[in-house]
Amino acid sequence: MTNANLNNNPVPEESNAAAPEESKAAESEESKAAESQSEMTDDNIAEHFVKSTAAPSPVTRKRRLFNTGSTYTLRRPLRKWFWLFLLPVTSAFAIGFVWPFIQGIYLSFCKFKIVSKTTFVGVDNYGRAFSDQSFVRSFWYTALFAVVSLIIINVLAFAVALALTQSIRGSNIFRTVFFMPNLIGGIVLGYLWSMIFDGILSQFGTSIIQNETWGFWGLIIVVSWQQIGYMMIIYIAGLNAIPEDMLEAAKIDGANYFQTLFRVIIPNVMPSITICTFLSLTNGFKLFDQNLALTGGLPITTENGVAIKHTELLALNIYNTFYNNNSSFARGTAQAKAVMFFILVAALGLIQLGITRKKEVQQ
Amino acid sequence: MAKAKNDMEFSEAKKVITVNDIDPNILKDAQKKHRTKKGLVLTIILSIISLVYVFPVAAVLINSFKTNTYVKTDTFRLPINDAQHENIWAGFNNFTKGMTFGDYPFINSVINSLIITLISAALIVICTSMAAWYIARVNSIFCKIIYYLCVFSMVVTLQMVMYTLSKTADTLKLNTPWTIPIVYLGFGAGLAIFMFVGFVKSIPIEIEEAAAIDGCGPVRTFFQVVFPMLRPTMISVGILEIMWIWNDYLLPYLVLDINKYRTIPIHIQYLKGSYGQVDLGATMALLLLSIIPIIIFYLFCQKYIIKGVAAGAVKG
Repeated sequence: MTNANLNNNPVPEESNAAAPEESKAAESEESKAAESQSEMTDDNIAEHFVKSTAAPSPVTRKRRLFNTGSTYTLRRPLRKWFWLFLLPVTSAFAIGFVWPFIQGIYLSFCKFKIVSKTTFVGVDNYGRAFSDQSFVRSFWYTALFAVVSLIIINVLAFAVALALTQSIRGSNIFRTVFFMPNLIGGIVLGYLWSMIFDGILSQFGTSIIQNETWGFWGLIIVVSWQQIGYMMIIYIAGLNAIPEDMLEAAKIDGANYFQTLFRVIIPNVMPSITICTFLSLTNGFKLFDQNLALTGGLPITTENGVAIKHTELLALNIYNTFYNNNSSFARGTAQAKAVMFFILVAALGLIQLGITRKKEVQQ
Repeated sequence: MAKAKNDMEFSEAKKVITVNDIDPNILKDAQKKHRTKKGLVLTIILSIISLVYVFPVAAVLINSFKTNTYVKTDTFRLPINDAQHENIWAGFNNFTKGMTFGDYPFINSVINSLIITLISAALIVICTSMAAWYIARVNSIFCKIIYYLCVFSMVVTLQMVMYTLSKTADTLKLNTPWTIPIVYLGFGAGLAIFMFVGFVKSIPIEIEEAAAIDGCGPVRTFFQVVFPMLRPTMISVGILEIMWIWNDYLLPYLVLDINKYRTIPIHIQYLKGSYGQVDLGATMALLLLSIIPIIIFYLFCQKYIIKGVAAGAVKG
């Protein structure tokens, strides 16, 4: 079958070009014949398609058939291997994502302690989540944290990337050092820094888990220390992609450093800025490990009978509602919180992408 | 040959002075001067920042050799005995103590982490690259649905599915280090599929067609023709997955049978969380032991890691 492709003769096209009416007539005749001769198979459908190029004899038509590109050399044999190529990922994806996701949405409308025993309660869980003071509080706390960390991380990462793309000695070593914290996991990072912060703060008779302000800035420092290197790599890639002649042109036109920076460099690295702000914003909202390890949400106070953890980010709040709360409504409420959390993060990410994408320069 | 000679003569005849004709040393000197002026200041500033960057890791190193009581009070002092700090130097006691700390040996956690990370990363790279090739080449409606679901899964937070996922994994007995890779494959497929499909679409299909015409079946075409071409993306995906899985805490914590199997992050969290007042020196030793393998891995694969991150970010 496939060998036909090798000795494929060029299809004569004169008939089509010279006498379109004639070929049309021939076409209808042929299609009639084809229909009557054999049942409709994939090959026949393809023949219909091929006919528009008017192949005079059945032999050439057949040869032409195998030259219609990927469909007949690759796609059809590949489809038979569906179970090998696509099935493993699809089934794992169904177990690891699709099913838990659907079940999660369903459970957010239920009161439950275990998955097998649920009672449908409608949107009660969502109402309960909104009236939960600790949730509302941790939402604003997370928003503040995400914005502050976004600004600090991106400004510093961009500055470091600018410095490293100048031709200076040892820029590779610097890059290696700045990227290193990224490989250390959130839990280890949290304990590492809590040791350092407590080492400093114990001199003043306090500790990171006793003071909300220290907890906030401590977490900002930890996250910045970790993520600046990552964003820096992305910025460096963006800066290196700026066409050299553009910078030269700016120089020749007499632009000073800041003009070059704001009019040439920043517009050109907008794609990198888009990605980095997107990543740091969503990372800020999703942060869990570092929060858990550094302060675990402490200090804790009670306001109007509700225990409020002062440095608890949204992800940790949801986790605590799920696993550290004995109320019979807790799990349903937590699942409702999780659904809202997911919608929030996804929406914020998409809005942010939309805003910065608009500012990208078309090249 | 003759043509090249002609060209040479032609350019000789024109004799226009270009940048290449200037003595290269002059340019180099100019660059060097420029370098020393501005570069020196930058280098000094960056060196100071680097020291600040390395400092936390160095602090862990120092404190892992200190006895318990001094870690909190004299965090930044070198572990050298003197009149005021008589037994601040703990030697390797912290390490031997740390290995058997709590009710779970640390070495088991290391082994579990290794098993989970390596199997999961390998499974993700192989399975998703195959799936991505199928999706990109067959491109049926079903393939498109899978592809967009994968893209969608990238923005879904773990909190959204953590409870139901852990229950599903429990029911299907996916709670051992040998089976948790399936969960990782499912939950982590999004980014990998996305990166692979993007790359496969940039490969000219003619190469695969040629292989098919020469009599290669789809399986052979994939493993002998497509697989080698996918190598750069595979390295990127592999690195990103390894970095994620090795450091992941919440997913294995919820999915694994925690009394039997722990990973390094879970182990560290248990030390601090469950035992209340623990030996800080030993904890520091364990922190150091969990950082060292990553740093070694990083120093060896640095080039690939940085490339992988850049590639992953551009695609994402």
